[in-house]
Amino acid sequence: MKNYRLQLMVCAGTACVSNHSLEIKEALEKEIQNHHIENEAQVVQTGCNGFCGAGPILVVQPDGIFYQLLKVTDVKLIVEEHLIKGRPVKKLLYTPPEEKTPIPKLSDIPFFAEQTLIALRNRGLIDPESIDDYIARGGYKALAKVLTSMTPDEVLNEIKISGLRGRGGGGFPTGVKWETCKKAHGDEKYVICNADEGDPGAFMDRSIIEGDPHSVIEGMIIGAYAIENVKQGYIYVRMEYPLAIKRFQIAINQAREYGLLGKNIFDKGFDFDIEIRRGAGAFVCGESTALMASIEGKPGEPRAKYIHTVEKGLWDKPTCLNNVETWANVPQIILRGGKWFASIGTGDVSEDPWGGSKGTKVFSLAGKVNNTGLVEVPMGITLRDIIFRIGGGIRDGKKFKAVQTGGPSGGFIPESLIDLPVDYEELTKVGSMMGSGGMVVTDEENCIVDMAKYFLAFTQAESCGKCIPCREGTKRMLDILEKITAGHGTEEDLILLEELSNAVVESSLCALGGSAPNPVLTSLKYFRDEYEAHVKGKTCPAHICRQLNVYKIDEKVCLEIGHGCDVCKKYCPDGAIIGERKKVHYIDPAKCGKCGACYDVCNFNAIYIE
Amino acid sequence: MEYSAIEVAKKVSNRWGNKPENIIEMMHDIQTELNYLPKDVLYEISKYANVPISKIFNIATFYNAFSLKPKGKYKICVCMGTPCHALGAPRIVSALERELDIKCGETTKDMKFSVEITGCVGTCGLAPVVVINEDLYGPVQVSSVPKLIKKYDSK
Repeated sequence: MKNYRLQLMVCAGTACVSNHSLEIKEALEKEIQNHHIENEAQVVQTGCNGFCGAGPILVVQPDGIFYQLLKVTDVKLIVEEHLIKGRPVKKLLYTPPEEKTPIPKLSDIPFFAEQTLIALRNRGLIDPESIDDYIARGGYKALAKVLTSMTPDEVLNEIKISGLRGRGGGGFPTGVKWETCKKAHGDEKYVICNADEGDPGAFMDRSIIEGDPHSVIEGMIIGAYAIENVKQGYIYVRMEYPLAIKRFQIAINQAREYGLLGKNIFDKGFDFDIEIRRGAGAFVCGESTALMASIEGKPGEPRAKYIHTVEKGLWDKPTCLNNVETWANVPQIILRGGKWFASIGTGDVSEDPWGGSKGTKVFSLAGKVNNTGLVEVPMGITLRDIIFRIGGGIRDGKKFKAVQTGGPSGGFIPESLIDLPVDYEELTKVGSMMGSGGMVVTDEENCIVDMAKYFLAFTQAESCGKCIPCREGTKRMLDILEKITAGHGTEEDLILLEELSNAVVESSLCALGGSAPNPVLTSLKYFRDEYEAHVKGKTCPAHICRQLNVYKIDEKVCLEIGHGCDVCKKYCPDGAIIGERKKVHYIDPAKCGKCGACYDVCNFNAIYIE
Repeated sequence: MEYSAIEVAKKVSNRWGNKPENIIEMMHDIQTELNYLPKDVLYEISKYANVPISKIFNIATFYNAFSLKPKGKYKICVCMGTPCHALGAPRIVSALERELDIKCGETTKDMKFSVEITGCVGTCGLAPVVVINEDLYGPVQVSSVPKLIKKYDSK
């Protein structure tokens, strides 16, 4: 292998690619050739760095100089100044909000410095399309260790000691799941990787697959070995992630070529192979039984789990299904030991597998925070640390309102509970859940009622319709929320909403319906005043619920700055705007349908909400 | 688009080993190739893959990814993930509806554009996000919508 003086790691995650990181890579290669330093500097494409809001990202190794928000036109400057003269380009470095001095090194940026990487340990360091890169970073070493020196029982024991719990949201102890599947009768069993990451606002799994697909594959092979009698594995990826599907396929092909998948792996008489199945845009297929139905070529409808899937799953055979992140943790646990993993996190799992939350969890931090992206933190860290230290606080100096964890199945956590440690049990206690790890931050400009309506509309639309509580209950709940946001709500509606929520939670068939009311319940619990403002005061404090807004035109701005441009009149569907070009415009409140189109199209901010 | 239903069905079914359990993957391939699931192709694939046509329609109407109606040449999908919603995706949808003079879920008369909403595409750092066929844009502003449409209209 050739040694280079400098390595330029260009992020090729979905977010950076969509902002032309591949063009930047090409430009870098060209510029390097122009300066004849191709023997000194190498350009590498890596997986997602996780700091997606700052993309496209370039990290110059070995010093770890971090460039952000790059454009193709910046490339020349970087090559001439940094690569040749050794002076990092200041204006392209990361500068924390409200500060002036840039931070040149990736490891010094608070967003990265506060993280502990296990599942994401290879992020930004390897080319995800190269198995050699993965092996160079210690990849498949765990598999070699397992196949050459450990019995399946020893592997299982190591996972049990680690206290690893399902990272897809449920938090079921992985060791217990594997053991039950191992003990289940049958000589034909399956392992499945659930990569149907449907929670809106969650992109941990996408980043892991796009950045380090081999770690998931290695985890699955180890799992198949430990459970025994497993010859076939499936990866179920949602079709909204085309790049993830492509990288998985490349990784599987490479693993087959290297003899890590297929017949007689490591000459140990162990056969195992993996196939990819694409999802088809159904959220419910993230539920294990629905996912298995979908792999079997049926509509993805869940079934009641009197008999668990570890006993009777895919094609009625014992099946062990784990999430992407869970599988990605497995090789590290084998290499570094279950005890090491259990030393991170909260509680004690030596007696009770449910006794604590161990290891790290990857969260996707999004919404109104300064640093949006992917963070991996030890369990037990507080929400405040995640949002304010790693996330850099709320955008534009606005006031924090709530953080929504666990996607549409989770709940809102208000400011009063922000010092809550991140732990499966603690989050459930306050009415939310760990979920797959989405963390959406809202500020004072977000309406909680609208957000609750949004989540419910999502789960309602995604309800498969098999059981009545979910199909009808969520629909009626949504009707009530629509009534409230349209300004027709009454106080009785709030009581009915709460009753209905509890009924849906208790009587739904699967976890989708069982957790769908969580956003409504938590928002009613912590933000009842906002509901009451909608119901009693008929106002939306955040001005989001348009039917409750009163739109007005600032005459002075309209005439003096906008010169009566007439655009609002053109777009008003109700003909409620009076006025003509170069003259002041008015809104006729009797005709106004409150759609807000005028507010959106006005280029001069002349329209305001009273 | 010109196609032969038998040829398409035969090719796709063979690719997946004519196995009934792979019917969803086959339907994905048809949709990718023809932009929608034409009835005649579905009837043909029913024979090749040995899956009753009623089951195929069951699947086609259950999953959001499949469409029995032709879609526009450029499929504009507005991401409705939580961060996108919180950062104004519904306003992007109304802007697209205004610009193209269609409702969300419809296709323009010239079959050039269709507008729909999609589940989270997982690039939440760029919210609000719009995906047009294979290209991803973000953060998109209401004011940049007309320019975006123009870019594809002149293609």
